[in-house]
Amino acid sequence: MLDGSDHVADADNGALVFTAAGCASCHAAPGAEDKLVLAGGYSFASDFGTFYAPNISPGAQGIGGWSLAEFTRAVTMGVSPQGKHYYPAFPYTSYVHMTDNDVADLFAYMQDLPVSDTQSRPHDVGFPFNIRRGLGLWKQLNMSDAYVLGGPRPEPFERGRYLVEALAHCGECHTPRDAIGGLDRAAWLSGAPNPSGKGRIPNITPGALDWSEADLVYYFESGLTPDYDSVGGSMAPVVANLAKLPDSDRAAIAAYLKAVPAIP
Amino acid sequence: MKLLTKTSISLALSAALIATAGYAASQTASSSNAGVAARHAQMQMVAYNIGMLGAVAKGEVEFDAEMVNSAATNLKMLASMDTASLWLDGTAQGEVDGSRAKAEIWSDRAGFIGKFKQMEDAAAGLVDVASLEDLRAGMGPLGGSCKACHETYRGPKN
Repeated sequence: MLDGSDHVADADNGALVFTAAGCASCHAAPGAEDKLVLAGGYSFASDFGTFYAPNISPGAQGIGGWSLAEFTRAVTMGVSPQGKHYYPAFPYTSYVHMTDNDVADLFAYMQDLPVSDTQSRPHDVGFPFNIRRGLGLWKQLNMSDAYVLGGPRPEPFERGRYLVEALAHCGECHTPRDAIGGLDRAAWLSGAPNPSGKGRIPNITPGALDWSEADLVYYFESGLTPDYDSVGGSMAPVVANLAKLPDSDRAAIAAYLKAVPAIP
Repeated sequence: MKLLTKTSISLALSAALIATAGYAASQTASSSNAGVAARHAQMQMVAYNIGMLGAVAKGEVEFDAEMVNSAATNLKMLASMDTASLWLDGTAQGEVDGSRAKAEIWSDRAGFIGKFKQMEDAAAGLVDVASLEDLRAGMGPLGGSCKACHETYRGPKN
């Protein structure tokens, strides 16, 4: 499909995919002024060790020299050009749903970003999780190209589903995980312990979140909750990304969230 | 038309009052420290007035220049309050109950005041706005000023 496709890469759409997918939120250096320098270094604490986001800038330390096929395999399958499995801190279990055209557009866009020469920091993961071969089995158990809320549905639901389940990878934080770190799809978006600190990531199903569709759209646009508190914590950079999307995309996400099965 | 506007405003006000009352009820014991409780009262005033503007920006309430101007003016004044009597020494998060004030407020008071100035400027930009479009455009910087300060100077909820 990748070879022989007559798709002409559209870097403008790639920019939108980049924003919706939140790439810079994790791959820019922590505290960096220029979020488009994807030097990596952001840390993710987990039950299995600490992961560090790698350099994915278009240079020798990042994705410089990669082919589109290699990039696609990395993003949608979690496999490096050297054939190694990535740890699922990289949300490829969500990006598995990304369309080939969006991946190609994203790849084209990222070629024009600044190069960083920062070396990627090795993950700090102990035995047995440092054996990457085990990740192949993990993927067989936890990776599916079927949507959680499947089936053909009227728009804007399907666009919202693509944004929530694929690009914005909302479920990665808002859905609880099982003992080996797989998402509990039966408890989709019903909240989870915060892996990197105290407190909980909230349940955003209609069983707990009673915001109206207009409230949701306004929150994504302005960062203000219905009681006019401002967005905080890890959600702040997410909303900063959502605010840059077209109005129709924010409305689609809200429509999807309203259709998610309610879990109290 | 005039009546409709008045009705929708009073409806929105009732909604805002109920929301505020709910907030106030949950905050009755916001802190045993009077200074912290006073800070919460200031934030409650801020939330109330931003709520007036937000309801218009969201399209829930019709644009009324007088109300918008009043809320924006109040926000500008709330943002210009002096911080010294409110953020007293010894009232950071962990030092007294109910406080989410980070230690950075004391170690970097100039930066903290700068964030209030950012809010003051954003609110000033909304004083006397003439149209819904201008109001909507001005809500971004205003919400952004809340977020910018909370990100740096407000601690986690739990």
